[in-house]
Amino acid sequence: MTQPLLELHNLNKSYGTFEAVKDIDLSVDAGEFLAIMGPSGCGKTTTLRMMAGLEDPTRGDIRLEGQQINDLPVWQRETPLVWQNLALFPYMTVRENVEFGLRMKKVPAPERQRRCAEWLERLGIAGFADRNVAKLSGGQRQRVALARSLVLQPKVLLLDEPLSALDAHMSIRMQGELKRLQRELGITFVYVTHSHSEAFSLADRVVIMNAGRIEQLGTPQDIFLRPRSRFVAQFVGGISLFSGVLKSTKEGKIGIDSADGLLQIADPASAQSGTRCDLAVRADRINVTTQPGWGTNEVPCTLMSEEFAGAVVNLHLETAAGTGIVAQLQQRDLERLSARAGQQVYASWHPEDGVLLGAPALKAVA
Amino acid sequence: MNSHLKHALPAWVWFTGLMLVFVILYAPILSALVFSFSADRFPSLDITRFSTKWYAQVFADARALEALKNSLTIALSTALVATTLGFAAAYADFRFRFFGQRMVLALALLPPTVPIVVLSLAMLAFFSRIGLSGTVGSIILAHVVVATPFAMAICRLRLEQMPQEYETAAQNLGATPGQALRLIVLPHAAPAIGAAALITFAVSLDEYAIAWFVGGLEQTVPVTVLNTLQGQVDPTIHVIGTLAFAATLSLVFAAQLLMLRSTKSHKNKEVSP
Repeated sequence: MTQPLLELHNLNKSYGTFEAVKDIDLSVDAGEFLAIMGPSGCGKTTTLRMMAGLEDPTRGDIRLEGQQINDLPVWQRETPLVWQNLALFPYMTVRENVEFGLRMKKVPAPERQRRCAEWLERLGIAGFADRNVAKLSGGQRQRVALARSLVLQPKVLLLDEPLSALDAHMSIRMQGELKRLQRELGITFVYVTHSHSEAFSLADRVVIMNAGRIEQLGTPQDIFLRPRSRFVAQFVGGISLFSGVLKSTKEGKIGIDSADGLLQIADPASAQSGTRCDLAVRADRINVTTQPGWGTNEVPCTLMSEEFAGAVVNLHLETAAGTGIVAQLQQRDLERLSARAGQQVYASWHPEDGVLLGAPALKAVA
Repeated sequence: MNSHLKHALPAWVWFTGLMLVFVILYAPILSALVFSFSADRFPSLDITRFSTKWYAQVFADARALEALKNSLTIALSTALVATTLGFAAAYADFRFRFFGQRMVLALALLPPTVPIVVLSLAMLAFFSRIGLSGTVGSIILAHVVVATPFAMAICRLRLEQMPQEYETAAQNLGATPGQALRLIVLPHAAPAIGAAALITFAVSLDEYAIAWFVGGLEQTVPVTVLNTLQGQVDPTIHVIGTLAFAATLSLVFAAQLLMLRSTKSHKNKEVSP
């Protein structure tokens, strides 16, 4: 078993009585792209700042290659950070920005210039080397920020919502470049974001944080297909949730007894009958019809609204019991459906598409 | 930018009002300038001849030159010390969070609000007790007390425009706190430091009451002016007044220019995509 590159052990951070980060245990492997995601105030940035040494943990350990680095001052750590606002040094040219860290580390001038030139070239900003950073576009500034950190050849690069300042188009382009760069370099990236699309498309593993704790840690597929809690399901979005009590019928069917009737599931896992459970069904697995009789789990609903999202449309439905259901349809299926808001429709799905939240068996999967 | 907004009163009212304010402010100074070039012994409007003899007289007056030397020494020392202290205080307030911070800030900004006569008397009492009164050093110390808050206020304004991340980013890239201060914070604050030096220099150069109280026989230019006036109306007063006004005006103007240029460059930076 190889040693993880970066480990957090029982990490805590309190500000007065407010606990920003609670008992975080996390290990990041060398060469891994890890995304930390969560709503604002969940402690993701605080966790990142503790890795960089910008905040002192109240309790717990941070280890880099097995060495405890808690007490190492910021300037002695080798954990460069790409800042949300980039924090490029104004009054300095692109070259001076990129060479800054090498100067601080007293790298001799010839090597400094060689490494700087190499990274400017690599990130396609060599043509702007002598330009003031204030006179660059958003994408160019982003590249300078990356070059400034990567020129130090760190083992781990910390990124704090680095793409949030870019427009949508540029952000997607930079995502592609980041991923390619990370693969080529084999450097560990720890990437904090509030955006699912960034986290899911970039990361090897995703950490979902809520109220200072880790809610779920897994591959993007794991989290998307098997959210572990209501919070994760709601945060990831596009998931309908039903609560009820786990029950097996005389005919051998297993499901949860909810306000919307018995909703069958395929895999009962090891949860016991009688436990309260939440059932999650992804929007793309829900079928919407105007006539009943299409599926095992079928709930009559009212069509509340449509939400246009390009090739697909999200339909917001509500059952008689008041449960909200979201179903995702292709444009052409919506045309075939020809239903209007306020109309009665039927939402159905296969038992195998229902995921029990918080069931013990699911932990083995993650 | 808001030129399309209509004011409550017509433009000529504003314009006349503004002109009136300027006339009241600057007419006496202008008159000093005019009379300083008049050959007449007493200021009156039927000026008979243009002359620079009063200027010649001032520059030949040993007492005036001594006062000028004192004033410049004091102003320069005050500018150096007050700007250093003011920047240090502003930086501490910007960079650190500590217990009683607001209190410290309020106390640091207080001296200019104390009535000048009260401050002067207190200074005199204090300096004579420790045996410093009547020296150039005591005037410098007293002027530092009055000028530092100005320097601090100017530096704070500039530091507040700097994102905290710049300094931490430098440290994150391996700069020690000292290097980050020198390489990142100081270049950013340089225009404000320059402006603070000019303003504190001007504050000291113009200050009369404290210098009169604690200076004893060591006279600065404003004190000399007043002492001269107490005896008789001397036309050289107009010369000194004009020169003092010109000096102060250039100092304040230069300081304004520095601050304006730095905020402009700051704004340009924010606008760029």
